[in-house]
Amino acid sequence: MDSVSFLLVAVILTALAFDFTNGFHDTANSMATSIATGALSPRLAVLVAAVLNLAGAFLSTEVAKTISNGIVDDVKVSPVMIFAGLIGAILWNMITWLAGLPSSSSHALFGGLIGAVWVGAGESAVRFTAIVRKIVIPAVASPVVACVVAMLATYLAYVITHRAAAPAARKGFRAGQVGSASLVALAHGTNDAQKTMGVITLTLIAGGVLGHGSGPPWWVVLSAGLAISLGTYAGGWRVIRTMGKGLTDIQPPQGFAAETSATAVILASSHLGFPLSTTQVCTGSILGAGLGRRLAHVRWGIAGRIAVSWLLTLPAAAAVGGVAAWVAGQGNTGVALVAGVAVAAAVGFYVLSRRRPVNPDNVNEPGAPEPAGRTLDTTV
Amino acid sequence: MGTTWGTIGGVFGVSLGVTVLVVVLFSLGVTAWARAGGGTPRHGARRGRLDTVAAAAAVVCFAACLAIAAYGIELIIPG
Repeated sequence: MDSVSFLLVAVILTALAFDFTNGFHDTANSMATSIATGALSPRLAVLVAAVLNLAGAFLSTEVAKTISNGIVDDVKVSPVMIFAGLIGAILWNMITWLAGLPSSSSHALFGGLIGAVWVGAGESAVRFTAIVRKIVIPAVASPVVACVVAMLATYLAYVITHRAAAPAARKGFRAGQVGSASLVALAHGTNDAQKTMGVITLTLIAGGVLGHGSGPPWWVVLSAGLAISLGTYAGGWRVIRTMGKGLTDIQPPQGFAAETSATAVILASSHLGFPLSTTQVCTGSILGAGLGRRLAHVRWGIAGRIAVSWLLTLPAAAAVGGVAAWVAGQGNTGVALVAGVAVAAAVGFYVLSRRRPVNPDNVNEPGAPEPAGRTLDTTV
Repeated sequence: MGTTWGTIGGVFGVSLGVTVLVVVLFSLGVTAWARAGGGTPRHGARRGRLDTVAAAAAVVCFAACLAIAAYGIELIIPG
């Protein structure tokens, strides 16, 4: 019993830690363009996103079954594997945050779980066709869809308003952008906070604390909602800079077109029961907004680096999750060792980030020449 | 596999349609609003009838966008 409760506490704390990294990694999705165009001040933007993420966590009481989701055989999943998968996801989120790359937190979570289950329960417990159908194809298609939609929307926005007085148009688009960005933040809260609630609930059921088929207890909803909104409020400024200023120079009409496209794609897909990554949709739509404005400059080097990080997300998180599952599978000492190494690594990444801090005050500055490149070189 | 691509096509079609609708409406609204003086009354000049029409058109466009956004919020909240 003692070992079960120790493991249970470890999994819950790790799940909340993952939720926090999920929050600060994904602030950029909803708020990067609003911060870049000056529609919202950086500090106000993260506050709005945090409040809406918290609200989103409470709006939907439907338990997210995203975790089992058919990607791994959930009968064979043990709390140790969930713990190891979460560690893999957290570490990959920290690495990509340090490099300022918007990579998908959901993919990191899935990758970590796949690796952990593969090592813990064998290759047969991983359903590769389901992975291709539910993760790989959407991962390729969703940014392309968002990019094309945003490109057309941006083009139309500029054509229609090109004779309007510029200051009034700017003001109008900024206001509209705040609205559509808020919808992205709200949708994010209903999706991503649910994933953590699902993980914790599954663990509680597996540990015998909750009966089969029960929903998340109120304290799980509250703590998961708070973790993701605290993370959002902390603001992943490095990722925000890449998405708001790095990919292309966003102007108010582009920001509005990008956020509207992202909202439409996210809502359409979740309504049609099609899982996709908020991060990839938002990145695709920002790229499309850059292409849709004539003479706008898209930095393909940065776009390429983001694409590479997407390719690496599943295997990298899976590798870490697999190693963690093997070590943690040796017993409580193993679990403690994995937790210790993860905390040390997280502290290390934080210290590295202080060497070249990005914060609310300098997030809109272009930074040193090719900042993302150098950061990447020091980490990978 | 076939259904996956079909769903992607559906997502593409729906989001393209909705986005174009919202962005065109909002852009028209912004243009009309700018024509009406951008919300700030011009000093010394009387507001003509055209300005009033433009302001009304802007209000209609923005209201339509808000209605679509409200439908979006309803989709976010299940049940």
